[in-house]
Amino acid sequence: MDAAVLGGGFADAPVESARAFRAAMTAMARPGAISTITGVRPPAPVSVAAGGLLLTLCDPDTGVHLAGALDCLPVRDWITFHTGAPLVSAEDCDFAVGDWESLQPVARFRAGTAQYPDRSATLIVELPQIVATGVRLTGPGIRDSAALSLPEMAAFQANAARFPLGWDAYFCAGDRLAALPRSTKVGG
Amino acid sequence: MKQTADPMPEKGRDLNDYNFAYLDEQTKRMIRRAILKGLAIPGYQVPFASREMPMPYGWGTGGVQVSAATLTPEDTFKVIDQGADDTTNAVSIRKFFERTAGVATTEETARASVIQTRHRIPEQPLTEDQILVYQVPIPEPLRFLEPSEIETRKMHALEEYGLMHVKLYEDIARHGQIATAYAYPVKVEGRYVMDPSPIPKFDNPKMSGNAAIQLFGAGREQRIYALPPYTQVVSLDFQDYPFEASKADASCDLCGADSSYLDEVIMDDAGGRMFVCSDTDYCRARRDAGQSGSTATRENGS
Repeated sequence: MDAAVLGGGFADAPVESARAFRAAMTAMARPGAISTITGVRPPAPVSVAAGGLLLTLCDPDTGVHLAGALDCLPVRDWITFHTGAPLVSAEDCDFAVGDWESLQPVARFRAGTAQYPDRSATLIVELPQIVATGVRLTGPGIRDSAALSLPEMAAFQANAARFPLGWDAYFCAGDRLAALPRSTKVGG
Repeated sequence: MKQTADPMPEKGRDLNDYNFAYLDEQTKRMIRRAILKGLAIPGYQVPFASREMPMPYGWGTGGVQVSAATLTPEDTFKVIDQGADDTTNAVSIRKFFERTAGVATTEETARASVIQTRHRIPEQPLTEDQILVYQVPIPEPLRFLEPSEIETRKMHALEEYGLMHVKLYEDIARHGQIATAYAYPVKVEGRYVMDPSPIPKFDNPKMSGNAAIQLFGAGREQRIYALPPYTQVVSLDFQDYPFEASKADASCDLCGADSSYLDEVIMDDAGGRMFVCSDTDYCRARRDAGQSGSTATRENGS
């Protein structure tokens, strides 16, 4: 095993993951708002924000799906060593990480059941950049409207149309992250 | 090996003996995942594996677990119990996180970044930088109408909330008005009917469009739910019996406030009584600013 696998985690996990969670919670509570996560050094091509989310939220109880270029040995080993999360298929996962193209088709991710809509996947989407312009967002967590540079619109509109079913998404670029829960109305 | 002579000061030893914010990391991750799903599905009750806490159920174990998963060392923490910062429950929870998370604490609503509450929403409007954590005894608004969890799950899935309206109608038939005064059911974003926890219905309108993140933790019942900021929260009612945010028809005898929620305090055996703000910080701030109520006026005048 490469020694690099053992490094790159939070130096002080309880405190730094608490800060990372607050960034993740603020993002999920305010769709389109951009926050930052620091303190981790995941192997390429995982972004700092995505690595921080994985270390904050994943453990042996959560299945992680690695999509596309992220599904490589350094990333698999890093996640396994730092979180103990089992690596699973897209259909069974709690968290899926990858760029938008390799996460397709997104309809395969778990959307929960009518009685337990929380039993659904969270997508961690790696983007080249996130900016607060682009597609118009409205819904819970947004006072009037927000804007976010989404990779596309149709998939998110279809996901929101299934509310309360659906998956929820984080977008990561470098140390920046934003979120789009299923409750957000996209476009229009 | 256990050292017999501990050179660490009291506070430092507490911080070293327990993990940050008391709970272990895997428990916090599980709670954090539940909070995120709760925020993504406003008003829906997310099951979580509630832990034994060093206080009995009913003392805010759900709120404490949500606070533990939410707090960072930079936070300033406030705890209120029915509006008061100085009751046993509030003091002990505040001390608990002072010792296990090392957070600063305050009684001033405006200075707090995380506020844990039992049965009130502070009078002072909350801001975007604040988080309000509710302690919830019974998270299921339909529970007293339908004891089976399997059935209430189905009712939420099917948006079958007729029973709740029947309950409110029976209130009107029996009392001439909707007699429910606290834990008054609300509908979130036109979808889930939610128990706002036993806050007085006076506080219900404050939930809607609130700038703060609102998190709800029910420890014994093992449920977490949430309201993101600016979420629409509507108290259930009828066109001809509209919802009314009621309070005692009086003003605070200490600070003179006529728009805050009041507690009635029995003063003696002869029917003497006074009304005081339930929100102690709000009342104190008003008195510090020179406002006074009838008691103070009487004292000054005598």
